[in-house]
Amino acid sequence: MPYNPALVQPMREEMVRMGAKELLSGAEVDAVLGDQRGTTLVFVNSVCGCSAGSARPALALALKHANVPQQTVTVFAGQDLEATARARQYFSEYQPSSPSMALFRDGEVVHMVHRHQIEGRPPQAIAADLMTVFDKYCVTSSV
Amino acid sequence: MSGLVFHPGHHALHGMTVVLEVSDGRTCVGRFDTEDEAGVHLLDVGIHRAEAGTASRDDYLRQTLKFGVRRDVPHLVIPRASVARITRLSEYRLD
Repeated sequence: MPYNPALVQPMREEMVRMGAKELLSGAEVDAVLGDQRGTTLVFVNSVCGCSAGSARPALALALKHANVPQQTVTVFAGQDLEATARARQYFSEYQPSSPSMALFRDGEVVHMVHRHQIEGRPPQAIAADLMTVFDKYCVTSSV
Repeated sequence: MSGLVFHPGHHALHGMTVVLEVSDGRTCVGRFDTEDEAGVHLLDVGIHRAEAGTASRDDYLRQTLKFGVRRDVPHLVIPRASVARITRLSEYRLD
């Protein structure tokens, strides 16, 4: 059962402040991931204090890096049920967990961050891992 | 909303994904919830049984590390006396 919307609103706003676009319906998910080009990070948000409380600030830090995904989107597990279920269909080879992050490049998942890779770690450590991944997959070549 | 948030009054492993090795040969992977007189409570649990024809425990854990925890049961209680070892999944070392 979803939490009180007022309770999770600050968690949504934290994502929007860092530049993530909220996807609130299956149609919105399809519009972004249905014909995905370039690099897109999908952040599966969660109310979990001990993990999402680190994952959100970690992503905010990582998005200040030189190389970042071309777009960052977010769905909220346990809140926006349709959007989350639809997003997970695009990375269905991975078991669902939240918070988690999937990095797409040209429609393929090239990196997945599971909840167990977030739990109990400080944001700086998670951000450092993300920046390494961004350096590998999100470098845009200049001509 | 940001930063580390711990759970006062909860077990140190509360919310962590752990590998719980059971003395009967099962290996259970799930989120540690709590421990009480009934035993250790895990949530969203994947279970590996060391049986002929199944993947080895190490292969099962390798798959789990890469693809996440495949949930077999939503809640499992393991009596403390049957718990051989508990390790955080993120710290589990495979050969």
